[in-house]
Amino acid sequence: MAIADTAQERVPSTIEVVFRSPIVAWDFMRRWPVIPAFVIIVFALATIFTTQFATDDPNKQNLRGSFAPPFWYDEYYENNEYLDSRYLIGADQHGRDIYSRLVHGTRVSITVAFASAFIGMTLGLWAGIASGWFGGWFDEVLTRFVDVWNGLPFLLVALVVAITIGTGLHVLIGLLVMATWVGLVRNIRAEVLTLKTRDYVASARVAGGSDFRIMYRHILPGVLNLLMVLASLRVGGLILTEASLSYLGIGVPSRLPSWGNMISDGREFLDTAWWVSFFPGFCIFLVVMSFNFIGDWVRDKTDPRLRQIR
Amino acid sequence: MVISLIGATIIVFGLAHAKDDPINVFIRAEGYAIGPEQIAALRAKWGLDRPIILQYLTWLSNIARADLGRSVGTNRKVTDILRERWPATMQLAVAAWIVGTFVGIPLGILSAMQRASILDYFLRAFALSGQSVPAFWVGIVGIWIFAVYLGWLPVPTFYGRTDAGFWGQFQYFILPVLVLAWGPIAGYLRITRSAMLEVMDSEYIKLARAKGMGYGRVVAKHAFRNALIQPLTVSALLLAGFMDGAVLVENVFVWPGVGQIAVAAVNDNDFTLLTGIVLLFTILFLAMSFVSDLLYVVIDPRIRLD
Repeated sequence: MAIADTAQERVPSTIEVVFRSPIVAWDFMRRWPVIPAFVIIVFALATIFTTQFATDDPNKQNLRGSFAPPFWYDEYYENNEYLDSRYLIGADQHGRDIYSRLVHGTRVSITVAFASAFIGMTLGLWAGIASGWFGGWFDEVLTRFVDVWNGLPFLLVALVVAITIGTGLHVLIGLLVMATWVGLVRNIRAEVLTLKTRDYVASARVAGGSDFRIMYRHILPGVLNLLMVLASLRVGGLILTEASLSYLGIGVPSRLPSWGNMISDGREFLDTAWWVSFFPGFCIFLVVMSFNFIGDWVRDKTDPRLRQIR
Repeated sequence: MVISLIGATIIVFGLAHAKDDPINVFIRAEGYAIGPEQIAALRAKWGLDRPIILQYLTWLSNIARADLGRSVGTNRKVTDILRERWPATMQLAVAAWIVGTFVGIPLGILSAMQRASILDYFLRAFALSGQSVPAFWVGIVGIWIFAVYLGWLPVPTFYGRTDAGFWGQFQYFILPVLVLAWGPIAGYLRITRSAMLEVMDSEYIKLARAKGMGYGRVVAKHAFRNALIQPLTVSALLLAGFMDGAVLVENVFVWPGVGQIAVAAVNDNDFTLLTGIVLLFTILFLAMSFVSDLLYVVIDPRIRLD
């Protein structure tokens, strides 16, 4: 760009630097996902330092503050002598502080999403590598299963599971793991099939490497790049799925604050208290959007061939 | 396709036996005055005392004869319930599919044509947010803004939909269809855009341009058809997303369709009804992917199914 040209010709004066800094900043933001990274860092901090971020106990009830609006509703707070302090973004039907519940919900939602992403990725990675490497009946059965699973409507299967196995955090993470690893197998397997034909793999085999050693030392590094891209694209989807399941009442148990549960809590009070449902949904939107944005960015940076995924 | 269908039935059947004795799926013995004799009688009545392979084959042959059994919650035939609820879901899904396709694909082409313009950035942001936003939340916020706050659209009710004229019914469709279609629009937009950019970069397009053919004509005659292949292959997958979306959107908008009773079935512990719905959606999905495979060949003569 023009900035680089002028820098080579002569040293720009201070006025020029200050004048150009918005352009430089804009250019920087176009090249690096600054805002999404910032959003994710804030939510990550909220996940780790939950008690420091929260201003109140997320389950403390105060019926005098039932449906108290966000702090900018002056009229409400000036006419209500029972409340000595304002709620930051309002309170739900039991007078629980929505902000504190959001912070605690962040911990629940992000932890669930990351735990299931980690387990699912590991499973999918190894299933994909093994499927591509061994081939034969193992490959046949596995790809067949993946096809069948992809044909099943996920939410409805989750509802069936809720009846037969029950609900709870373990079941929820199990379901999300299923949704994750099955989606990975195909892409990883395809990559392994091309890596398999490389000369260095053949050399490793001639040198006497065992199946496991070759998969671990020679195939795995080749698919890690792909795994990173898929992982960053998948986490956002997992948060969305978790919220959907919790909204339907079959995800995170309702005694825990989670974003999906909070939206579900507030949907009956839309006409009187919009803030109960609005803020948790907005958090989901921010986080998922940031993850998707970074996923796209990582994909474009590392491998333009993958643009078709999703 | 048949193998996939059989695989799906095995998964669903396996789920019933996943935890412990499947009799517990149908009845909750604890807390009710159900003695061991009654349980044994019910077990014999439902054939749960027979070998598991036989149970599966009996169940499968019943399904093949379109007999999905009776709903545990209401004791009505599952097929009757589905027939009653099915049209509402179909209306919603088809309307959203039409909106998704006929808005998403043109927008994708537009976005690729105007690459790196403000319009392109805007459309890409629109698509990215469509894939990042929880559909049920958009529905809730939509109801709050347009029905409660502004009062432009009717607040969704269970029966209000049916006893209105065309315009009256149309109003009930607007919000749910838009909410359900946003995700597919985003999917189509992104895929069409990248496919279009790829096609526009190819040699034969450059040749056509070099011959002196107009830009619009090149797009319409040479690029468009090839750029359609990608969106078509994912259309079946997008439809699968619809099914999940329909469950959520129907619940938000109290839409009297299949997705709504699916959630109600969980509260009633209605296993037979729910498996019926799962199988119905699975068959639909497999049929759709079959159709999209066929369309694939029609659009792209280079591909022939051998």
